[in-house]
Amino acid sequence: MSTLLKAAPAPGTTPGTSQGPPGPRRTALLPTAALLLGALYCLLPVAWVLVASTKSGTELFSTFTFLPGTGFADNLADLGAYRDGIYWRWMANSALYAGLGALLSTIVSALSGYALALYRFRGREAVFNVILAGVLMPPVILAIPQYLLMAKAGMTDSYLSVLLPLILSPYGVYLGRIYAGAAIPTELVEAGRVDGAGEWRIFLRIAVPMMSPGLVTIFLFQFVAIWNNFLLPFIMLGDDEKFPMTVGLFTLLSQGSNTPALYTLVITGALLAIVPLIALFLVVQRFWSLDLLSGAVKS
Amino acid sequence: MSHTLHRRLAATATAVALGATALTACGSSGGDDQADSGPVSLTYWAWAPGMDKVADLWNKKNPDIKVTVKKQAAGDDLVAKIITASKAHQAPDLVQAEYQALPTLVSNDALADISREIGDTEKEFAPGVWQQTTLGTDAVYAVPQDSGPMMFYYREDLFKQYGLSAPTTWDDFAKTARALKKKAPDKALTTFSSNDSGLFAGLAQQAGAQWWTVDGDKWKVGIDDPATRKVADFWGGLVKEGAVDNQPMYTPAWNKALNTGKQIAWVSAVWAPGTLTTAAPETKGKWAMAPLPQWTKGDNATGSWGGSTTAVTTDSRHKAAAAKFATWLNTDPQALAALVKESGIYPAATAAQTSGALAEAPDFFANQPDFYMRAAAIAKTTAPASWGPNVNVAYTAFKDKFAHAAKTRSGFGAALTAMRDATVADLKKQGFEVAP
Repeated sequence: MSTLLKAAPAPGTTPGTSQGPPGPRRTALLPTAALLLGALYCLLPVAWVLVASTKSGTELFSTFTFLPGTGFADNLADLGAYRDGIYWRWMANSALYAGLGALLSTIVSALSGYALALYRFRGREAVFNVILAGVLMPPVILAIPQYLLMAKAGMTDSYLSVLLPLILSPYGVYLGRIYAGAAIPTELVEAGRVDGAGEWRIFLRIAVPMMSPGLVTIFLFQFVAIWNNFLLPFIMLGDDEKFPMTVGLFTLLSQGSNTPALYTLVITGALLAIVPLIALFLVVQRFWSLDLLSGAVKS
Repeated sequence: MSHTLHRRLAATATAVALGATALTACGSSGGDDQADSGPVSLTYWAWAPGMDKVADLWNKKNPDIKVTVKKQAAGDDLVAKIITASKAHQAPDLVQAEYQALPTLVSNDALADISREIGDTEKEFAPGVWQQTTLGTDAVYAVPQDSGPMMFYYREDLFKQYGLSAPTTWDDFAKTARALKKKAPDKALTTFSSNDSGLFAGLAQQAGAQWWTVDGDKWKVGIDDPATRKVADFWGGLVKEGAVDNQPMYTPAWNKALNTGKQIAWVSAVWAPGTLTTAAPETKGKWAMAPLPQWTKGDNATGSWGGSTTAVTTDSRHKAAAAKFATWLNTDPQALAALVKESGIYPAATAAQTSGALAEAPDFFANQPDFYMRAAAIAKTTAPASWGPNVNVAYTAFKDKFAHAAKTRSGFGAALTAMRDATVADLKKQGFEVAP
């Protein structure tokens, strides 16, 4: 992304003039190399998972690391057959937690971000600062207090116990305010008021469409965060029928010292677990690439 | 990741604790049971594979007491999860817990004393095993399920090829390691692994170490005692001179070393055949099992590595029913046969160790048909073990300190002292009195 920006000539300048770099198409070698290294660093483990999932149990640790094996179909069948297909149940649970959780969280973030950006009220900055502090707080350390609170309400070991704590995301609210502040001109809101639209109508008809690229970002962030979340469901849930995939696969890895870990199943399961994420990104991408400021008012 | 997670969990669980109580003062009387009349529903957190199928056997025969298994991931994380749930009074009725986790759970008031409910179950188990569930008190906090008597495994074919024989003493063991290095410098007899504290604890147990003992109402920590020091110096010396490898177990590299015969022996426990089946599939039928080498010629002792129990929690509202199930699960011949078949455990009940369920040697050891007969004889020689309320802290300290010492091949003396100090400091921090 940034190499692209660098390579393109800045608007208003004529390429090839004596100032600046001589050629418009010269690639910056060092940044490109650094980015390539970074990409390799991120993609190599994925490639490993891809290759390892094709290996049968006997091939996994004995053949060359990046040599594809012959057991992919068997691994898939074994994973599907493991405890009567509980993996698919975990997958469905993950989809529920991540899908519904991200949706609710996006709604809350949009509402509160919009309110914080466009309404002036006493304590606005104080509220926003508290939320900012919440961004700095890793969700991990909240898991046990949240568990104890849920226990007081008698709600542990339920779907709600995992969903509820995920709905309010400080980071989402923070992003919501930034996007709302950047994308919605106050003039537009005021024009709506002058025309007699109610506050709800202004929010739903004017603000939400303008914020939508930002909301998609919040949704994706939250979806990925919940999809990968481990500690909260690990603490909250005792019933393995309600586990999301992360916690479920963990039970395959630690089966006690006298039982070997089911590596092939875990690796195949991990591979399948990233497929929905990739699909989601591909589908949502087109809503996402819109310019934040492609709005109604040009300044 | 799991390392940091574990630490975080452990730290938070400790912070949540309402205050540590001395061992003698805890455990609940369990006298406030609701009357166990009418159908009772119990939940059971366990990690052993196939446990739900074993519970189904019980449910068919006992429609009044329905047990639902909720499968969990094994390990220290589960102990933290049980303690957290117990603080919120949300723990399940029954939990699977490793022997060394029992004092931690008991000192957090998570486990109920079931001595009155289980009758004379004690006679079904070896005294060294049973004593770990009473913690040296009159109470009984769990029923033993499986045990892991330690043994020496070696590649029979390669031992023959290099003119070696299975060592009977640790002196022999050192000589064997050096002899192999001389004949085949690229091979090693075995490795000293710092990533599973249970192995080191078992070796110390064999040497007669008592890591935690109660002295009056104080804890006495013996991690630095002469027996443990002997074990640490022995292995530290072997690692230092390069006679054995210093790489951790259970890694792909370790699997490969076993599979290709780069390492030709493994100090392990009765469950090793299962691990070898996946770690070194191409060596099937080439291994043999022998008793652990002894410190003094003619001695006959072994340690234990792994093994777990079934415990009833203080939160259970049906303790009598839960204790009844725990007893059935771990002493009834039909239940034990199912546990062997479905969960692949090595039963702690002595009668089951020579029963029909274990008549045949494991598939991987088909060349040693009397595998389980010999295992049962070895199991009888298990030295007593003694665990304290912060085994997890000692184990983490072991992993940190010994990993560094093994990597730098610098001897284990300082690491052992550091492990003891960390354990004592944590006990004091938790509010326990520690005898000097």
